[in-house]
Amino acid sequence: MTALLEIRDLRAEIGGRKILNGLDLTVNKGEIHAIMGPNGAGKSTLSYVLAGKPGYEITGGQVLFNGEDLFEMSPDERAAKGVFLAFQYPLEIPGVATLTFLRAALNAQRKKRGEEELSSPDLLKRVRELAKKLGIDPEMLRRPLNVGFSGGEKKRNETLQMALLEPRLCVLDETDSGLDIDALKVVANGVNQLRSAERGMIVITHYQRLLDYIVPDVVHVLAAGRIVETGGKDLALQLEATGYAQYQNEAA
Amino acid sequence: MAAVQETVEQVRRIDVEQYKYGFVTDIESEKAPKGLSEDIVRFISAKKNEPAWMLDWRLDAYRRWLTMREPEWARVSYPKIDYQDLYYYSAPKKKPELASLDEVDPEILKTYEKLGIPLREQELLAGVVRPEGERRIAVDAVFDSVSVATTFQKELQEAGVIFMPISEALREYPDLVRKYLGSVVPTSDNYFATLNSAVFSDGSFVYVPPGVRCPMELSTYFRINERNTGQFERTLIIADKGSYVSYLEGCTAPQRDENQLHAAVVELVAMDDAEIKYSTVQNWYPGNADGVGGIYNFVTKRGDCRGDNSKISWTQVETGSAITWKYPSCILRGDNSSGEFYSIAISNGHQQVDSGTKMIHLGKNTSSRIISKGIAAGVSQNTYRGQVTAHRKAAGARNFTACDSLLIGDMCGAHTVPYIEARNPTAVFEHEATTSKISEDVLFYCIQRGLSQEEAVGLVVNGFVKDVLQQLPMEFAVEAQKLISISLEGSVG
Ligand SMILES: Nc1ncnc2c1ncn2[C@@H]1O[C@H](COP(=O)(O)OP(=O)(O)OP(=O)(O)O)[C@@H](O)[C@H]1O
Ligand SMILES: [Mg+2]
Repeated sequence: MTALLEIRDLRAEIGGRKILNGLDLTVNKGEIHAIMGPNGAGKSTLSYVLAGKPGYEITGGQVLFNGEDLFEMSPDERAAKGVFLAFQYPLEIPGVATLTFLRAALNAQRKKRGEEELSSPDLLKRVRELAKKLGIDPEMLRRPLNVGFSGGEKKRNETLQMALLEPRLCVLDETDSGLDIDALKVVANGVNQLRSAERGMIVITHYQRLLDYIVPDVVHVLAAGRIVETGGKDLALQLEATGYAQYQNEAA
Repeated sequence: MAAVQETVEQVRRIDVEQYKYGFVTDIESEKAPKGLSEDIVRFISAKKNEPAWMLDWRLDAYRRWLTMREPEWARVSYPKIDYQDLYYYSAPKKKPELASLDEVDPEILKTYEKLGIPLREQELLAGVVRPEGERRIAVDAVFDSVSVATTFQKELQEAGVIFMPISEALREYPDLVRKYLGSVVPTSDNYFATLNSAVFSDGSFVYVPPGVRCPMELSTYFRINERNTGQFERTLIIADKGSYVSYLEGCTAPQRDENQLHAAVVELVAMDDAEIKYSTVQNWYPGNADGVGGIYNFVTKRGDCRGDNSKISWTQVETGSAITWKYPSCILRGDNSSGEFYSIAISNGHQQVDSGTKMIHLGKNTSSRIISKGIAAGVSQNTYRGQVTAHRKAAGARNFTACDSLLIGDMCGAHTVPYIEARNPTAVFEHEATTSKISEDVLFYCIQRGLSQEEAVGLVVNGFVKDVLQQLPMEFAVEAQKLISISLEGSVG
């Protein structure tokens, strides 16, 4: 069976700095992979490279998404094919209502896939349902996207977008940071509802706590641009005690 | 010396007479010969069957124009215009009649489609004429432009609103026109306005009687009766005491014109407690990719809040033209009067925009509000030029100005040139200005959600201009939004 995502010996640079140094990772459909690792290790870089953010130079390796060369696809094509990145720092778009943004995103994807656009009433109904599940005040949908949202509200909104767009591969970059305990449960619950045999997830986090709610199949340690250790859920607990010191040498 | 002079005069006079008769006999001709002279002015006036005072008015303007110089202060550059190499009159041309939309330039159709203009209206805009029988069917299916227009005319008449071509108003309501024409923009105002006064071909005249709220957006009417505006358009709108009118000129559909120079004049007069809302969507041909062939749009628009508690509001969406030189202004003469200016000016490719407003506070407790959104892309230059002044007697004058510029790419320029002058110590003027580059990170965020680069730019820009878009009549806001996205196509990547 083809893996959902297969990363082989990925090397990437930005501004002449080598950030990813031969990274290997395979995510199969239905799996949740957690990635942990020290600040500056390259976790967000990995997520950006997968999503196709301009400015990164791919200097080696290969990424297959459902068996297709990911780097052959434009960033919006990747999105339409189901690559979703929940940003560590979601961006603000003044003057564009959240609902307008959601409609534009969903319909852009549907159009690219050759599907009918969703009518406004249908969309509104669907968004309202999802917002309710995620404890998002419907009033929020009228506010300009992320403008003046609290840190936690932005993260919830990322989850809302993910739930609406129903991607194949979800990359969550520190979606738990900035969430209070109750919000963490709500968001984790939302993510868990998206768990399916057809979908894979990469959950980047600094806190073992999140993994109590979103239970991963595999936990990786990313240090200095490579996966330096892979284990089960216990690895996260162990890291909590030991920190990343043991990997610093390996990185150097 | 004197004798020689006399002879010259005489020869000239004879010559003129001959010349005059030379083509007055040819009054049925469609076009006046090239160039500008008193005779051309006479010809235009005769063509329109104008009263004698109107001819004098035009001649007066023409003579003054000869003494004026073309302004050079705007941040625009263009090759020198040879005013003797232009035509100043040609009869409204009939559009070529086409049998169906299949005969229309597919590029134009594509734009109509993107704008979401209904099919029947597309046909009207493109000049498609259907055979009689078929037209009926279309009538039932969509609407009949003729009957709708007649219904509108009837409704306006019942309300007492006068709305007609200014050439017609000059014949039917000469006193009314005479009273107000040039009372806001005098014939001596500026180079282009003076030229317009001498040679204007036609335009609209609106008079709303006291206490009447004009029963419809005058835009609705226009959409159906697309006018042949010509290059020197003259508009005069009078809202009498306690009346209200909303007027929309222009069209989102791209407009081409064989005349490169456009110099329109718009005058608005609001009496006590009256309100005029004037909206413009301008999408003239901006020229090709190398900046060749676009329209020069030199417009003088001014509103006079003549009465107490009157209000004039300008809203403009400027996306077309090679050069835009335009400063819709308000003279806040009446006490407690207020003026507003909401503007979206987009420049892409080689376009040059120098636009803004003037708010002249004369009366007591007058207020004005300026919201300007400039968007520059390509290698274009986009300048906001605004003037806010409070005169000595304008106690309690207030102004708020917010001027935001958005740059797309590294090759374009945005400039803000505010002139602020308060001669009354109680005046309170606030001015805010920002310039920002469209954020690559924000664009990437949108693209990650599935939007194309162009869709992302369109979305972000529409957010940027939202405050102004909201001022447009509903039906046009939606179209204007699409127009904005379209005019920025190819601006990135
Ligand atoms: N434009 C850039 N130019 C040079 N270096 C950069 C640039 N962008 C990021 N980096 C560097 O790349 C490295 C990896 O950054 P990245 O954001 O991927 O780390 P991270 O693992 O996500 O860290 P954190 O846990 O703090 O979020 C960092 O050292 C960062 O400073
Ligand atoms: Mg990070």
